[in-house]
Amino acid sequence: MQRTPLHEEHLRLGARMINFAGWEMPVQYSGVLAEHEAVRSAAGLFDLSHMGEIEVRGPGALAFLQRVAVNDAAALSCGQVQYSLLCTPEGGIVDDILVYRRGEEEFLLVVNAANRAKDLAWLASHAGPGVELEDLTFRTALLAVQGPQAERIVRGLTDLDLGALFYYQFAEGEVAGRRVLLSRTGYTGEDGFELYLEAEEAVALWRALWAAGQPYGLKPVGLGARDTLRLEMRYPLYGNDITEETTPLEAGLGWVVKWDKGDFIGRAALERQKREGVRRRLVGLVVVERGVPRHGYTVLSPEGEPIGSVTSGSYSPTRKENIALAYVAEQYAAVGSAVAVEIRGKPVAARVVKTPFVEPRVRRKG
Amino acid sequence: MYPEGLKYTEQHEWARISGNRAVVGITDYAQKELGDVVFVELPAVGTTVSRHDSMAVVESVKAVSDVYAPVSGTVVEVNRALEENPELINQDPYGDGWLVVVEMADPAEAGELMDAEEYQQLVEEEGE
Repeated sequence: MQRTPLHEEHLRLGARMINFAGWEMPVQYSGVLAEHEAVRSAAGLFDLSHMGEIEVRGPGALAFLQRVAVNDAAALSCGQVQYSLLCTPEGGIVDDILVYRRGEEEFLLVVNAANRAKDLAWLASHAGPGVELEDLTFRTALLAVQGPQAERIVRGLTDLDLGALFYYQFAEGEVAGRRVLLSRTGYTGEDGFELYLEAEEAVALWRALWAAGQPYGLKPVGLGARDTLRLEMRYPLYGNDITEETTPLEAGLGWVVKWDKGDFIGRAALERQKREGVRRRLVGLVVVERGVPRHGYTVLSPEGEPIGSVTSGSYSPTRKENIALAYVAEQYAAVGSAVAVEIRGKPVAARVVKTPFVEPRVRRKG
Repeated sequence: MYPEGLKYTEQHEWARISGNRAVVGITDYAQKELGDVVFVELPAVGTTVSRHDSMAVVESVKAVSDVYAPVSGTVVEVNRALEENPELINQDPYGDGWLVVVEMADPAEAGELMDAEEYQQLVEEEGE
């Protein structure tokens, strides 16, 4: 199993480690609920070094990204980040990714750990001349500081102008004396940063962030709370909520697909689906009766007919209710629809609610 | 490490036997393995259970775990407080975090459960 450069730090902090996509990762330290709460009320420190980083560069880089990803990479200026999707010709989702524009002909793609090898092969199979791909995953560490105190914690460690850095923007410079790519992004819905750097510098940066964060209530946060935090925001988890069998339109990610940028892989299939309408939608559910919806549970109509299935479900520490994301048949997808989730053979009442489940507090421009 | 005077199962339940009644809960090891408990489903009072039957469900943020009857009998009391405060299982697994009381059909069954020392050994083996 692969280990991140911060492995020893996690053990020292009492983390419980699990295998995640071939990486030995901390799932929790003090406990999921306490870690979740720390991120919502103060700050959390994450090791996300399992994430894949793939550099795309060369004179053909932009045209290549326009073809393999559904968002409009030409709309990115240097220093901006974009959420995008790789799709199959059938419109299924190969992966959801972040695209960083570091230069006119230089992009960094951040991909899911579980999809890294698949994505690399997919990208390589579509790359023509003028496009160079390089997998930086194993020499790159990724740390995140997320929460309302994140800016105060990072501010004391850098000369970079954080006031000028808004959501989905990044800067390159030094934090705690280490050369980093500092990105105002995250997977929690809170303000915060993701910091990319050379793997051998990771321990020093982790310790500096840790020390700087202590007066502000910063806690280390594992994958368990990362999942509950993202679920409250309705951020999709690849493999659960989005897969090659689901399309951006079904997943509520139609906003990512830019129709006026020319051709891209999956375009024809997605246009057809848009024209004909989707048959199912990914919606947010809140359980009205007692029970925790889980991945794979069947969603039922009020009459007890199967109408879909849960893709992610959990207790929401912020709402103190049980919530889920589920694909349901189009006619049940409207906010307010009464449905049920089958839990251990019994229908448990739920209703479709507006998402995100919890209001994000990211730092948007303007 | 594990309270003397309780009986234990291989599925990490404990039973406090007094007369023909058994108070049942999950062990400290089990609650730590589960993590923060956020949901408990209890049987109805009056339910008949056989030893090894699933009789309750304890869920943490990430995991769903069945609680098996350590002895056969009838559920005569359940800990309703857990429905509002499932975290009692984490905070006090042998006290306020108890789950149910079973009136035993065959008190001799209790003799087949592990004592604290045997259970300790089992946990150590699992930990390896």
